[in-house]
Amino acid sequence: MLRVALRKRRGDFALDIAFSAPTPGVTAVFGRSGCGKSTMISLIAGLLPPDSGRLVVGDDVWYDSERRVSVDARHRRMGVVFQDARLFPHLTVRANLEYGLRRLPREAERPMKFDDVVSLLGLETLIARRTHELSGGERQRVALGRALLAQPRLLLLDEPLASLDLARREDVLPYLEKLRDAFTLPIVYVSHQFDEVLRLATRVVLLDAGRVVAEGDIATMSRDSHLRAIVGPDSVGAVVAGVVKSIDATGFALVRIGDATLSVELEGAVAGQRIQIQVLARDVIVATEAPHRLSVRNIVPARVVSVRRDVGRSVLVELDAGRTATLLARITTRAADELALTPDKQVWALIKAVSLRGHAFNVPER
Amino acid sequence: MMLSPAESDALWLSLSVAARSVAFNLPFAMLVAWLLTRTRFAGRTLFDAFVHLPLVLPPVVVGYLLLVLFGVRGPIGGWLHQNFGIQLAFTSTGAALATAVMSFPLVVRAIRISLENVDHGLEDAARTLGAGALDRFASITLPLIAPGILAGAVTAFAAGLGEFGAVITFAANIPGETRTLPLALYTALQTPDGDTLAARLAIISLSLGLAGLLVSEFLSRAIGRRLGRGRVR
Repeated sequence: MLRVALRKRRGDFALDIAFSAPTPGVTAVFGRSGCGKSTMISLIAGLLPPDSGRLVVGDDVWYDSERRVSVDARHRRMGVVFQDARLFPHLTVRANLEYGLRRLPREAERPMKFDDVVSLLGLETLIARRTHELSGGERQRVALGRALLAQPRLLLLDEPLASLDLARREDVLPYLEKLRDAFTLPIVYVSHQFDEVLRLATRVVLLDAGRVVAEGDIATMSRDSHLRAIVGPDSVGAVVAGVVKSIDATGFALVRIGDATLSVELEGAVAGQRIQIQVLARDVIVATEAPHRLSVRNIVPARVVSVRRDVGRSVLVELDAGRTATLLARITTRAADELALTPDKQVWALIKAVSLRGHAFNVPER
Repeated sequence: MMLSPAESDALWLSLSVAARSVAFNLPFAMLVAWLLTRTRFAGRTLFDAFVHLPLVLPPVVVGYLLLVLFGVRGPIGGWLHQNFGIQLAFTSTGAALATAVMSFPLVVRAIRISLENVDHGLEDAARTLGAGALDRFASITLPLIAPGILAGAVTAFAAGLGEFGAVITFAANIPGETRTLPLALYTALQTPDGDTLAARLAIISLSLGLAGLLVSEFLSRAIGRRLGRGRVR
């Protein structure tokens, strides 16, 4: 468990952050560029001294302004992966990977074995290369391996995909998923791309103008008004988590969500897997009678929780689909009036299966 | 071309003086370059200007100041002479010192430019991986500024071969002790019938300069390959 409560003033910008990240699991720190994410990374890594606060990992206090404790960055054993990889250009890939490993204190435990990390990250063919011969995605994988082999207590990933184009992100994302499912480490994943967060994280910390504005599980955070302010109204959508029941004959995964079963396109899905799906609010249709003979695969009975004004002539309807599954639907104000949508009204949410994309987690639900 | 004893003396003396001047220079130049790029202190600008003085002062003035400070009766030279029996003025070591002072700004400059180009982020990364300050310098910074150090050393060596004013002022023109190639050339020109000798010495200097440039080009290419420049992906 990582507990952060740090304050730092730099010129006009004041950073005041407090959040926690469980072991294991990915906690995404999500915010716009310039909201203080990079400064936060430097503070946690110990590369920048905070003004005050407290930083604890497990039972170890790394920083405590009241007790005047401040552990140097080199002793924190924090695996940091930077946006620009920061591989050492004069060393081979192997020497880069071994850099932290060689500097471990003799008595330190070494649960991350060289060969395991190399095979997990698919680095076998890169070992003998020089760093300038690597592609952007390969560089980030080597940086991940280098951080892991230093036997970290915590992984701190600072937008590791931000410098890659969309195609190259696929060279790294599957490895991040494997890593998350293979090791029992707290992982803090800083990002400004919600699709990455959806794919990797179960907990989200929302950062805005140097402060934590909301913190919680991804389903709750996906409906938070602060997130809407960050991603914009078109990208708003409730995240729902469920378990794959089975795969149907056409290759769609049947996923139990609340009281309903959704069909979701999910490559390589296996029954029993836990998945996260984001249902974009603008992709949800609301009906007040059970619909028949429609092409829509997913018809979820739900109860209206609230109807809030959204941008322009639209409202955001929050729908309770049972068993804590909540959906958001963005419809026009006029439609909401004609359907007389008021709290507690029974409705049906219609979601096109092709608009859904799920992300699997290979760890059992906790 | 066979060299006369006087010519080969001058040649070897030049090489030795230039080599020793580089050896004097490097540790101090690295320290000064480090101070100027990585630290902020009061009087930094003045210090920077002071380091660059030899570039703008007439070499004779540098030689004169060295004589005042390092002469047998000077504050530093007197102390060295009394306590260690070391005499710098009018010796080949003195010639190397004068040469070192003249080329000092060149070396500082070369190292400083490469230090400024070292990404601090790499040192930060090394720090999170458990490397202490000295370790970071030895394992990251030093290898990355090696081309700059080498470039500075080669430039200082080449410039040192031709240092004239400061050497003749501080160390005089003593055959076999401080009469380097340019001093020998100057002496030949002052001598009746010295034209042939002067021409031969000029040719030696020219070949030496050319060889130096070729070696430096070769080294920088080799290092460039090692650091992976040249091929960009």
